[in-house]
Amino acid sequence: MSIDLAAFTPWSALAGGALIGLAACLLLLWNGRIAGISGILGSLPAALWAAPASPARGMPAWQLAFLAGLLAAPLVYAMWAPLAPIRIDADGATLVAAGLLVGIGTRYGSGCTSGHGVCGMARRSPRSLAATAVFMAAGFATVYIVRHLLH
Amino acid sequence: MLGALAGGLLFGIGLIVSGMNDPAKVLGFLDLAGAWNPNLLLVMAGAVPVATLGFALAARRGRTLRGGPLHLPTSRSIDRRLLLGSLAFGAGWGLAGFCPGPALASLLRADGGPKALLFCLAMLAGMALFELAEHWRGQRPVPPASTPGPGH
Repeated sequence: MSIDLAAFTPWSALAGGALIGLAACLLLLWNGRIAGISGILGSLPAALWAAPASPARGMPAWQLAFLAGLLAAPLVYAMWAPLAPIRIDADGATLVAAGLLVGIGTRYGSGCTSGHGVCGMARRSPRSLAATAVFMAAGFATVYIVRHLLH
Repeated sequence: MLGALAGGLLFGIGLIVSGMNDPAKVLGFLDLAGAWNPNLLLVMAGAVPVATLGFALAARRGRTLRGGPLHLPTSRSIDRRLLLGSLAFGAGWGLAGFCPGPALASLLRADGGPKALLFCLAMLAGMALFELAEHWRGQRPVPPASTPGPGH
């Protein structure tokens, strides 16, 4: 293992993490809800199924509002500072396979990095600790297999 | 719903500031055998303590700041669904470096928007497959169009 010092940005990582934690506090203390993105997004498929023309009617308003804020974040950010570029190396087939796994897995697992990793850990939930340990291990293993075994 | 809107905005901005919206950085963290990028550790080190304060305050009050109910998960079982689901999620995360939040926060970007869209559509399809499977298991009545769906 070598540490990629050039890509290591400790202060912005900490600051961004604090903002994420703050967002979770806000959603909990104001709306009484867990900021788990997979859960918040999860009611959309059922809403689409029940009313394809107007799925918004089948989703609670707080979920729609949260998702709208999340979607708008890069636009709002860009009003004050230039957006640092992101890099997505995965090709189409990989993106589809990844998306399917994330969609199915987060629903069966009842959470993702925000729901289990941030909120669950903040609650000291043994369930979230277990889930986080497993998806982290799976993430490490998958990258190892793809980058170091298959290539 | 301004609170939820602000929450989503703040969350997304946090993702952008922390760099966790960048699959390359996420995969750099997950690549232990390669050039390892420790950023995600620090993101968690920033997020979890701050969130802990909020959750502790909420637990003490037992209510929101507006006096409303706290909708907290009640399940405590570490079962196969949790473990297998997390395994699948982690594998998908390790494939593309996207989890739900970052993917959504990248949809309206010029760089990566189309790829994020492909991922999100596949993710929604996966979530829909889950709903179908639950429906077949008898766990879901098909909701009528006028009532809110599950998860509220």
